[in-house]
Amino acid sequence: MSDTHSQTVSYVRETMLPQAEPPVSNRGAILWLRENLFSGWFNIVLTLVSLYVIYWALAHTLPWVVSGIWNAGSLSECREIRDATLGEGASAACWAVLVDRWQQLMFGFYPSELYWRPVLALVIFLAAIAPVLFAQVPRGALWFTAVSPFVMFWLLWGGSAWFPVAVALGFVLGWAAWRALAPMAGTLVAAIVSAALPIVYWFYTAGPLARELEQVVGIGIEYVPSQDFGGFMLSFIIGIAAIILSLPLGILLALGRQSDLFIINKVSVGFIEIIRGVPLIVWLFTASLLLNYFLPPGTNFDLMLRVIIMVTLFAAAYIAEVVRGGLAALPKGQYEGADSLGLSYWQSMRLIILPQALKISIPGIVNTFIGLFKDTTLVVFIGLFDPIGLSNAIRATTEWNGIYWELFVFIGLLFFICCFSMSRYSLYLEKKLQRGHK
Amino acid sequence: MTDLATNPAAAREIDRSQMQVSDEVAIEISGMNKWYGSFHVLRDIDLTVYRGERIVICGPSGSGKSTLIRCINRLEEHQAGRIVVDGTELSSDLKNIDKIRSEVGMCFQHFNLFPHLTILENCTLAPIWVRKTPKREAEEVAMHFLEKVKIPEQAHKYPGQLSGGQQQRVAIARSLCMKPRIMLFDEPTSALDPEMIKEVLDTMIELAEEGMTMLCVTHEMGFARQVANRVIFMDQGQIVEQNEPEEFFKNPKSDRTKLFLSQILGH
Ligand SMILES: Nc1ncnc2c1ncn2[C@@H]1O[C@H](COP(=O)(O)OP(=O)(O)OP(=O)(O)O)[C@@H](O)[C@H]1O
Ligand SMILES: [Mg+2]
Repeated sequence: MSDTHSQTVSYVRETMLPQAEPPVSNRGAILWLRENLFSGWFNIVLTLVSLYVIYWALAHTLPWVVSGIWNAGSLSECREIRDATLGEGASAACWAVLVDRWQQLMFGFYPSELYWRPVLALVIFLAAIAPVLFAQVPRGALWFTAVSPFVMFWLLWGGSAWFPVAVALGFVLGWAAWRALAPMAGTLVAAIVSAALPIVYWFYTAGPLARELEQVVGIGIEYVPSQDFGGFMLSFIIGIAAIILSLPLGILLALGRQSDLFIINKVSVGFIEIIRGVPLIVWLFTASLLLNYFLPPGTNFDLMLRVIIMVTLFAAAYIAEVVRGGLAALPKGQYEGADSLGLSYWQSMRLIILPQALKISIPGIVNTFIGLFKDTTLVVFIGLFDPIGLSNAIRATTEWNGIYWELFVFIGLLFFICCFSMSRYSLYLEKKLQRGHK
Repeated sequence: MTDLATNPAAAREIDRSQMQVSDEVAIEISGMNKWYGSFHVLRDIDLTVYRGERIVICGPSGSGKSTLIRCINRLEEHQAGRIVVDGTELSSDLKNIDKIRSEVGMCFQHFNLFPHLTILENCTLAPIWVRKTPKREAEEVAMHFLEKVKIPEQAHKYPGQLSGGQQQRVAIARSLCMKPRIMLFDEPTSALDPEMIKEVLDTMIELAEEGMTMLCVTHEMGFARQVANRVIFMDQGQIVEQNEPEEFFKNPKSDRTKLFLSQILGH
């Protein structure tokens, strides 16, 4: 190796040897296998048993999935094809039901010539949440996000375009009241008025106003009643609306629960404990049966809207507790740091406290959202056609009487994709927010 | 024991040209009392701070030093007596409180920087939101003060990436960005290693040289010697003794002060 020194010195290394790979038995997959699966007799036994269990499970399900039949008009036709091609009583799924009825599973009884409307609404929704979810999207897109709920509402239910406009006006009204009152009447008065004004307006003025405007200039598309909504569309609408509405409400409740103001504190605590202490299904029955008694007479409040409100309130109570955990985890110094700089309560909450508390709460919040989204299947009990409800309806037809697994696998898979995406997004967000601090 | 007091961490000549005490009152506390439940933390505090004064408050743990200076910007509420800061009396009126807080800077033992914001954002936040300064201008001011505390190159890092001493200097710069007329320090160096203590004390000395009105709770007796024009000794919620530093260290009057000084300087 070192010729120059070989006469004088027995051995001198002049250059460092490059790092060599470890021998084959000590690297890569083999090393991993040895260290993780076969390191000792107990692990070897465990590995073999697990392998057998996996094999057994796959051996029973894979043939059923893979040799499934895709083209048939009914379950009995499926069985005939199976018996003819695979042999009597062979294990084979009948995916044909999905081919035949996927539109129903997706849209319920929504008129098929109008399917483009919910699809377009979904596209708008995805475009609208992009600037919220990903910081790379230009901030200007948030205007689109603000307008999109009204457009989506109109696309889904149809009817006069003036109705969503009239509803949107309520928000403008509240905002204007806030801007006008906050400087002169103080925050509390301004907050109460700017919350109460739109509510009164929505109950008494918005409807007639929309009708008047419709008479003057009619811009309408075909109206689709809520009863026709169903399938995953229904789950999505309830789930997404409740997720979006419950987050701000939950944050407000969490702040309320921390507040020194006696009334606000007690109202928040009471709300959270009562809502959380009663099963969701009870609240859903309340929504479907009782809520009408509490509303002004004459208002016929759509069942779906009532369900959305109930699910929102229910999720908000959970979110509030998750966020409260985040708030409590912040060191007191953060509150004092913000206070000592002269930031007002809302400024310090918005700029200092909530960004940190929410970051801590992300796993809990997403966990709540995933639970909420799956809980939308409970609406089947109050007669709404969520995917489970539709699977019952499909099974009630003569063609598909007796089909279970295929539908449930499909429904389960779609729910899984949605929930898994949410969980992945929460991981992405946590990583992104992982700043230099501890 | 005075030996240690004359051997300050930062042994450099102090420029006293700007360090004049005017006869304008900056803070006036009279007959102030505070309780935590039934525990009487502060008893009949009377204290007048003139503009340009540098006051060091010391005393045994639990004597109410932190509570006293936290009452000055209303992080704690007092139950009796009056506190007037810059001519504004502290009452439950939120407008007054926010006004006073934006004029009185405060540095904490644990810095209390905002970990989710960069150093620069930490410094510009309050000017932008409280003072409504345009962002560009706020950033220029922030960079000016970051240069002053000698860490402009850290402006785009997050607090967690800085050493303790650097963080405390950022905290000072953050307060200065609000152009406060009074600065409060609550044991700014007691969470720091010795070398870092020096860099923070240097920054505070510079502030003093520029004539800032300062109230410091600290056990850095060297700093008190060098910079303070008054040392206040507190025990059990009372101001036991106050004097010029020379006198205070040489001839403490009360026994409690003597005991305290012997403990703090003679260990
Ligand atoms: N939030 C509180 N509730 C009840 N008692 C408190 C509270 N904060 C402080 N105290 C008590 O008030 C007394 C004075 O506290 P303070 O923090 O002012 O002491 P200090 O002089 O700053 O002490 P140290 O040198 O340890 O910081 C202590 O006995 C402390 O236990
Ligand atoms: Mg203290």
